[in-house]
Amino acid sequence: MNIETRVLQGDFDEVRTRRVVDAHSGLEGACLPILHALQEAFGYVDKRAIPIVADALNISKAEVHGVISFYHDFRGRPAGRHVLKLCRAEACQAMGVDALVDRLANLHGCNAGETSADGALTLDNVYCLGNCALSPAALIDGEPVGRLNETRLDAIVARCRGAVQ
Amino acid sequence: MSARVYVPIDSSSLSVGAEAVARAVESEAKKRGLAVEIVRNGSRGMMWLETLVEVETAQGRVAYGPVEASDVASLFDAGFLTGGAHKLAHGVTDKMEWLDRQQRLTFARCGVVDPLSIADYRKHGGFTGLEKALALAPEKIVEEITASGLRGRGGAGFPTGVKWRTVLQTRDAQKYVVCNADEGDSGTFADRMLMEGDPFTLIEGMTIAGIATGAAKGFVYIRSEYPHAFHTMRRAIEIARAAKWLGAEIAGSKTSFDMEARLGAGAYICGEETSLLESLEGRRGQVRAKPPLPAVKGLFGKPTVINNVLSFASTPWIMSHGAKAYADYGMGRSRGTQPFQIAGNIKQGGVVELAFGVTIRELVEGFGGGTASGRPIRAVQVGGPLGAYFPDKLLDTRLDYEAMLAVKGMLGHGGVVVFDDTVDLAKQARFAMEFCAIESCGKCTPCRIGSTRGVETIDKIMNGVEREKNLVVLDDLCQLLTDGSLCALGGLTPIPVVSALTHFRDDFSAPRGVKLAAE
Ligand SMILES: Cc1cc2nc3c(=O)[nH]c(=O)nc-3n(C[C@H](O)[C@H](O)[C@H](O)COP(=O)(O)O)c2cc1C
Ligand code: SF4
Ligand code: FES
Repeated sequence: MNIETRVLQGDFDEVRTRRVVDAHSGLEGACLPILHALQEAFGYVDKRAIPIVADALNISKAEVHGVISFYHDFRGRPAGRHVLKLCRAEACQAMGVDALVDRLANLHGCNAGETSADGALTLDNVYCLGNCALSPAALIDGEPVGRLNETRLDAIVARCRGAVQ
Repeated sequence: MSARVYVPIDSSSLSVGAEAVARAVESEAKKRGLAVEIVRNGSRGMMWLETLVEVETAQGRVAYGPVEASDVASLFDAGFLTGGAHKLAHGVTDKMEWLDRQQRLTFARCGVVDPLSIADYRKHGGFTGLEKALALAPEKIVEEITASGLRGRGGAGFPTGVKWRTVLQTRDAQKYVVCNADEGDSGTFADRMLMEGDPFTLIEGMTIAGIATGAAKGFVYIRSEYPHAFHTMRRAIEIARAAKWLGAEIAGSKTSFDMEARLGAGAYICGEETSLLESLEGRRGQVRAKPPLPAVKGLFGKPTVINNVLSFASTPWIMSHGAKAYADYGMGRSRGTQPFQIAGNIKQGGVVELAFGVTIRELVEGFGGGTASGRPIRAVQVGGPLGAYFPDKLLDTRLDYEAMLAVKGMLGHGGVVVFDDTVDLAKQARFAMEFCAIESCGKCTPCRIGSTRGVETIDKIMNGVEREKNLVVLDDLCQLLTDGSLCALGGLTPIPVVSALTHFRDDFSAPRGVKLAAE
């Protein structure tokens, strides 16, 4: 599931967008499946896709925009080369995730909800990954990591950065 | 003959290196010219032992864990393929005390079978509940589920049979079965484990619900934080369909039932059933006012059975063993078993399925073995982010729906999160408000605005700004949220806050300077 790792140009591809939309528009309640498919294909949901989705589903552009903005998952712009989703919920708090968040910010220059300046890593807060007995837990590019500690975290960040150089 | 080795593919196992372990077993066997068959099973739920590798031997399956890829060569040296002694060995898995003391009904197959093998599923009693259901009139199935005493495992504890009956009695030709696999409560992972480890049980349960209520189409709505569970469910559905356990005229009967897996998009509120239905229909996940109940007017305006994963997954056992056998477990009005999830700062965390009525202490000390940090337990939060924080003196409370209410908590989805004595309950209360603010669907003002006010107020209290006055403000806010919210997100957020205030009041007046500096 390396949805988020693709190198993104941010170039809008109308033909491909239409193809993705058409592939899912026949489903019952097609809006979320379409948005997920767009995000999987392009790494984010370009605002220029909104009228195409609205058209295919016969709903207003405002409605599509409303859906995109309601859900935490959908991005309006490309993410970094890697995405770390770090669980901030209680079981992970009990095992010290807050200290890891500080370390990410202070040592690695990664703040929640942002992409690091070198474009290597986007850090997202999530609330529970269902790995609460092996907390602190995260997903790195969709793959689970448990029992995070400083060493494991530093290694992940290094790997994300190393992949570029 | 090749030796059979089990290496879990559960997300928790993967999170601590199961993939590398599987590869190491494969290459080490090759190197030594030994034939091994690797089965990627689900997790047994003993998370602190992940990656838990099992080997099939004449005595039964023998467990080794926690195995890292670097341990694999020494396991081969020790002859683990025939159950050889090793420092990571635990003997026969089923006889391990932690498992042996459980009452695994819903999780009987999880971690045992190959999750995507129908043959394995059948061999372990799979689809016998569905076969029974196919031979019964819908009313009879509903009667059986009602008699079992099964109550919704998603949190509200509503009797499942009553819900099914309502849907059965509606006249519409089109009805839906929807499984709530949003599992948003922190500290809970039983739904995930089941979907990854024994997905056919959920398919079987939803199909039974379809037969019982006259619905031919099902959706399982899985949160996007569970990419592996989603993937496994999708594949399981395809496999079941190919084997004619889903689709037209299932298992040679006259009944049709099919289903789809759908992905959520990161919104806690979409676990609330009406919000989930909105989301499935392709809209913002805003809560609908009830009535009408989803059972009458649910997905796309049609009668809809919506249940939690564990509720559906309990029904195959009930159908195949009988309502009475199920109801024989439990206490009071909480019948059957609950897969409890022990998490957080815990030495031995995982899934413990037991009859209702076990105490919190038995779970966190008996099974859990105390904290991972080795420090004393100070607080235990039961029931997810909307559940209460309990101090030591309440740990002997029994876990059932009513007993939890009596101590101003709630059982929720059965999550039990342990904190050691470094926890700051004022901070936890603040987080409860913050979480409500982040996840509010925005429909009611107390929830949308009140939660943010709650965060600010707790900040003031923590910083010693007009503490007494602000404690009164906080009380008022909690009352407002309780009274003025449409759903339980706003309505129950006061539970963790009030429990922190009641049981850990000193934390709200602690000299912050010192404490904060240590963080
Ligand atoms: C804010 C909120 C979040 C909820 N989250 C979940 C959830 O993640 N999973 C779940 O099964 N039920 C959740 N529920 C409960 C559902 O609304 C509903 O009661 C449940 O799906 C019914 O199924 P059951 O009777 O089998 O429990 C939530 C309720 C609220 C108010
Ligand atoms: S209480 Fe909060 S989450 Fe629930 S309906 Fe109201 S605003 Fe939405
Ligand atoms: S609370 Fe962090 S994984 Fe569940």
